[in-house]
Amino acid sequence: MSKLRLRFNPTAFLLIIFFFNSVLRPALALVEDGEGLEEEFTEELLLKPLPDRKVLAHFHFQSSAPPSAANGRHHRLFPKAIAQLARKFQIRELELSFTQGRWNYERWGGFDPMSTANAKPPGVELWAAFDLPLNEIDHTWKNLTHALSGLFCSSINFLESSTAYSAPSWGFHSNSSKLRYGALPREAVCTENLTPWLKLLPCRDKAGIALLLDRPSIYRSHYHSQRLRLISSEFTGIILEQALTVVLQPSMRSNSPASSGYGFLQPSWSVNSLFGKEVVGQCVLAKTSRIFFELEKDLAFKVDKQQPLSSWNNSAFELSVIPNNDIREINAVKNMGSSVLYVFEVSNSNDHMPLDVGIRWKIPLVWSYPQAPFHMNRYLMGSGNERGSIAISLRSTHLLERFSRVSDGCAVHAVIFQVVPWYVKVYYHTLHIFVDGKAQIISDVVRKMKISPSEDKLSPGSMELLLRFPCNIESATLTLDFDKGFLHIDEYPPDANQGFDIPSALVTFPDFHCSRSYQLDDSIYYKSPLLSKFQEGNPVQTYTEVLLVPLTTPDFSMPYNVITFTCTVLALYFGSMLNVLRRRAGEEERLERSKASEKPGLIPLLLSKLFSKLKGKEPESSPPLSTSSSILGPKLVAKVILVGLLAVIWNYYLKNG
Amino acid sequence: MAGMRWYWPLVGAALALRLLLVPFADNLNLGSRPEVATPLTSLRRLEEGYWLKQSSLSPYTGSMYHGSPLLLIILGPLTVKRIESQPAHLYCSLIFVLVDFFTAMLIRAIGEKLMLTNCNNLKLLKPSKLVESFGGVDAGDIASLIYLWNPFTVVTCLGSCTSPIDNLMVVLAIYGACSRIVPLAAFGWVMATHFSLYPGILVIPVLLLLGYGPDAPPPKLFPQKHSNGDGSLVHVFSWGPILQFALWVVIWSCYVLLLSSISLKGFDGLYDMLKKTLGFILTVEDLSPNIGVLWYFFAEVFEFFRGFFLIVFHVNILFMVCPLAIRLMHRPCFLAFVYITISAILKSYPSVGDAALYLSLLGLFANELAEMKFSFFLFCGYIGVSLLSPVMHNLWIWRGTGNANFYFATGLAYACLQTVLVVESVSTMLNHDRMLKKELKKT
Repeated sequence: MSKLRLRFNPTAFLLIIFFFNSVLRPALALVEDGEGLEEEFTEELLLKPLPDRKVLAHFHFQSSAPPSAANGRHHRLFPKAIAQLARKFQIRELELSFTQGRWNYERWGGFDPMSTANAKPPGVELWAAFDLPLNEIDHTWKNLTHALSGLFCSSINFLESSTAYSAPSWGFHSNSSKLRYGALPREAVCTENLTPWLKLLPCRDKAGIALLLDRPSIYRSHYHSQRLRLISSEFTGIILEQALTVVLQPSMRSNSPASSGYGFLQPSWSVNSLFGKEVVGQCVLAKTSRIFFELEKDLAFKVDKQQPLSSWNNSAFELSVIPNNDIREINAVKNMGSSVLYVFEVSNSNDHMPLDVGIRWKIPLVWSYPQAPFHMNRYLMGSGNERGSIAISLRSTHLLERFSRVSDGCAVHAVIFQVVPWYVKVYYHTLHIFVDGKAQIISDVVRKMKISPSEDKLSPGSMELLLRFPCNIESATLTLDFDKGFLHIDEYPPDANQGFDIPSALVTFPDFHCSRSYQLDDSIYYKSPLLSKFQEGNPVQTYTEVLLVPLTTPDFSMPYNVITFTCTVLALYFGSMLNVLRRRAGEEERLERSKASEKPGLIPLLLSKLFSKLKGKEPESSPPLSTSSSILGPKLVAKVILVGLLAVIWNYYLKNG
Repeated sequence: MAGMRWYWPLVGAALALRLLLVPFADNLNLGSRPEVATPLTSLRRLEEGYWLKQSSLSPYTGSMYHGSPLLLIILGPLTVKRIESQPAHLYCSLIFVLVDFFTAMLIRAIGEKLMLTNCNNLKLLKPSKLVESFGGVDAGDIASLIYLWNPFTVVTCLGSCTSPIDNLMVVLAIYGACSRIVPLAAFGWVMATHFSLYPGILVIPVLLLLGYGPDAPPPKLFPQKHSNGDGSLVHVFSWGPILQFALWVVIWSCYVLLLSSISLKGFDGLYDMLKKTLGFILTVEDLSPNIGVLWYFFAEVFEFFRGFFLIVFHVNILFMVCPLAIRLMHRPCFLAFVYITISAILKSYPSVGDAALYLSLLGLFANELAEMKFSFFLFCGYIGVSLLSPVMHNLWIWRGTGNANFYFATGLAYACLQTVLVVESVSTMLNHDRMLKKELKKT
């Protein structure tokens, strides 16, 4: 029977296979293609010269996984660790950034999709929105910080403590009560954070664009920010964006004619000179792999003035590689110029023909970046370690006037979100707002306000303010007074005298939404997550500086001394008080009488006592003493007898035992 | 009695001095001095609490305000009212000047009551000895002048903190008990306890005052001299006022709690209030420096022992309550003074306001304590500490050249001085009683 079956089986098997191949497979493929149910990975790099002779390199990797129901727990490209994280903690949205250095809003721009989305505060910033009932969120957040801390080899777990994170309601991103925000401004960011981050990429840093991520050149940079953003929903699945933004200083060696004409020539650079590596082929798992080279509006406008900017080689500069495509920004304001984007396909390169995108400047050019409506600064006022003030100042960049001739009724809104640790005890009633140097009534300027004051050793204070200013103001300043707290010695960090960091405040301008769209057909947008993010855009936001607050320190070597001294004083009080209270008048009188009667000093008295004891007699000269000894006598005898008895009984029992 | 003639001018001068200094209160910056304003009494924190309440948050959100919600109702609106080019807390300062005046007058009234009973008692005991042992000064006037002219009181009054009100309530309780106005005594005691918890132990002196009447020589002396029943009339314990007092305490406490809960309606309510006021006092959460020793102790002590030492320090106040009550049963006013001093030494957030109160109460016993030892040393010590402590604070906090230990050392010295003061005064008072006994025996 079994043999028969075996013989019969192959043909049936073949038939089945054939059937599957011819009928089912295309159908399945259709389903997958049609609904985008495949895991995808794209890698992109955007290069951009900055006005202050630096270069911005923005790596953008995006992995996406379809809703988990479609393919269970198996992932082809998507990092499993992240998928598990998103599933376990029911994360709706999460953003984690490791940053070193501060984004220079004045020089590197504050009003373009790049800076608003990628400029992050120094240290670690983590926020997450959960899809959970409200009472579980804090607990989940704590677990999440531990998981991330393990995943990225950093001390994100310090955000676990309730003193470190806050729950903004509307000042940060959205009107969500399920969002938690925490920042560690002092976290040192280094290669041990980058390695696990790279491990999430399907090709790691072994192939494709990630090959450029040479550690020494990244950590030599003026600013680098390594981000991870996770968006998860039941319908779209999980999308993981990994972005690394680096601002590098190209080495000056390659720039032979140092200066000419009226200004300095911008340094010429190439990918190889920046990173010491070149792109040799794409990561084979990536769906698209592109390098973009972007010229900012103002720069493009100035180059256009020299000669209509049509090709990659013009009178102003020359690109080292012929771009596959060059595209212009649409919807640009006419007299402001429009950005230009050169596209390089990495798939065209290989080992023999590496892609070394670079630029060589021919004439000196000076340009500027679009600015946010206000420059933000935050600083401390006051001296000493008892109290101080925090000031947030907004300086107008006259953006509004440039954009549109505004009427009197015009107003600009700003949302300030600031978290201060509990040891900076802010007096919120001392909020003062000065517009152009003149004090204002708070209710005239503040439209909306949410304040949750800090609880000692329990929660940080957070402040969300919606301010409304007239458009034509020059500057505005907010000041808040605070008292400095005093901590227990265990609460000080190892280097206590360095001071404590107050995380950056975030200022959002909800009226201003920056996006940038290029003249592309929809299919390319679909394929380029970076450009589609540019097109989406986001409200203009600025992070302020991290503040360093020096706090007074106690003497760390003193605990034992302090305990002993204090307890001594207490004992002094207790002992002397008891002594005074239990001193009897009778005793004192006796003492006085004995003093009066016995002129000889203490030693003769003691001697006479001793002699009398030895003789077994009582000294007749001192009646009070005799009375006392007569009182003590029977007691003493009784005690001696008692002790003797006890000893005898003890002995007796011991012997018996 | 030369003091009597100049009494009213001196009172007037003290008040004038305060009024003169009020406009400069902001420049003196006393409100943020650790010696003057503690986290419990700081008016700045009260302002923050009021602001929070106005912005429809509980005044106890955050760790700023730890006072009573009633103070918030009374003083809150005043902190907001401003006059151009005048200090921020002008109205409050004026109120505190008034409060100081009331306190001084009450102290004077207590002094008069004490003197009256003293006179009666001594007449009862031995009229011939009266002049000799009671040839002193008018203690009430002295005490009230000490209160008004004490630099500590002046500083407290101007330093925008609520301790003058706390002091007034304590004095009110003693006055009410002295003059047997039971509702007043109960009110003072309830309010003082509500404001700062520690005056709670004053219930014993108040009960003794209500039961036995004001201070007298030890009851033993009376039967010795007057076995005919005249003496026993003075020292019978009357239960009537005690029951009345209990009733009034219940009434006032319910009233206070009711008012508090009404003013905190819509917020977390009474539990939150108790946690933030009494809990804050008992757990010594705020470790900012003050003239006491506990802040540094709890900043340095190992976390593991924190609970233990919290109990030790607070029980230390309670430990002495019974022995002192037994020994000084016949002198309830003095007992109250001793309790106030002890709690000033051991309380979690001491300030010079407490010292102002007990130093002026000390003046009430000027006659009895005339033979106190170390009085010159104590006087110099108080001056030395009050000069050195700000210097050390400045060196540590503002200049950064000093060290926390320097400031803590002045705190230790201050605690020692207070200890010596209270121990010596108790000892002198007991000696005084002994002397009275001896004098009576001799005759």
